[in-house]
Amino acid sequence: SFRCFSAISPELKTTIDKVVSSHKVILFMKGTRDFPQCGFSNTVVQILKSLNVPFETINILENEFLRQGLKEYSSWPTFPQLYIDGEFFGGCDITIEALKSGELQETVEKAMCS
Amino acid sequence: MGVTKEELESSLTSKLSPIHLEVVDTSGGCGASFVVEIVSAQFEGKRLLERHRMVNAALEKEMQEIHALSITKALTPEQWKQQKDSENSQAAA
Repeated sequence: SFRCFSAISPELKTTIDKVVSSHKVILFMKGTRDFPQCGFSNTVVQILKSLNVPFETINILENEFLRQGLKEYSSWPTFPQLYIDGEFFGGCDITIEALKSGELQETVEKAMCS
Repeated sequence: MGVTKEELESSLTSKLSPIHLEVVDTSGGCGASFVVEIVSAQFEGKRLLERHRMVNAALEKEMQEIHALSITKALTPEQWKQQKDSENSQAAA
């Protein structure tokens, strides 16, 4: 039988399910919150800091396995990737727009209360 | 050889039939970094995340060679009109 080799394995999916749900707000980024290694990642870190919410960051440059897995898991080709309440929220541009519209604040508050 | 602005425009035009499209090459010519503004009726009733996904899907082939893609606007024709109207009224005020 044929199998699509690019498809994410059930084991990896379960692992990622756990990782993205491990914190209310979790950012997969290039670098760390103190040393972002890309302007887009830095932008999202600054936005999250400005909201004054607790958030976790994971450096995808240090985990190629997770990096490739996440791209498929969220069907999103680039980093940073922001997850709120276990759900993919968006990349840098979406986060900027959502900050402007108030949607980000709303989603974060909802997650904190859930 | 990277991707050209024209290639991006042609893929986006054929797949999303935009009424407004602006692609800016921000790479200084190497073809790896772009900013996109797009207005399409196909975004009607879709959340921002879905709209961005549609743009990414339309550029699936090109994305493999693009280093950075920034979608600064993904609006419906209605939202585009509203935005322009409010800009005009601000300019007039």
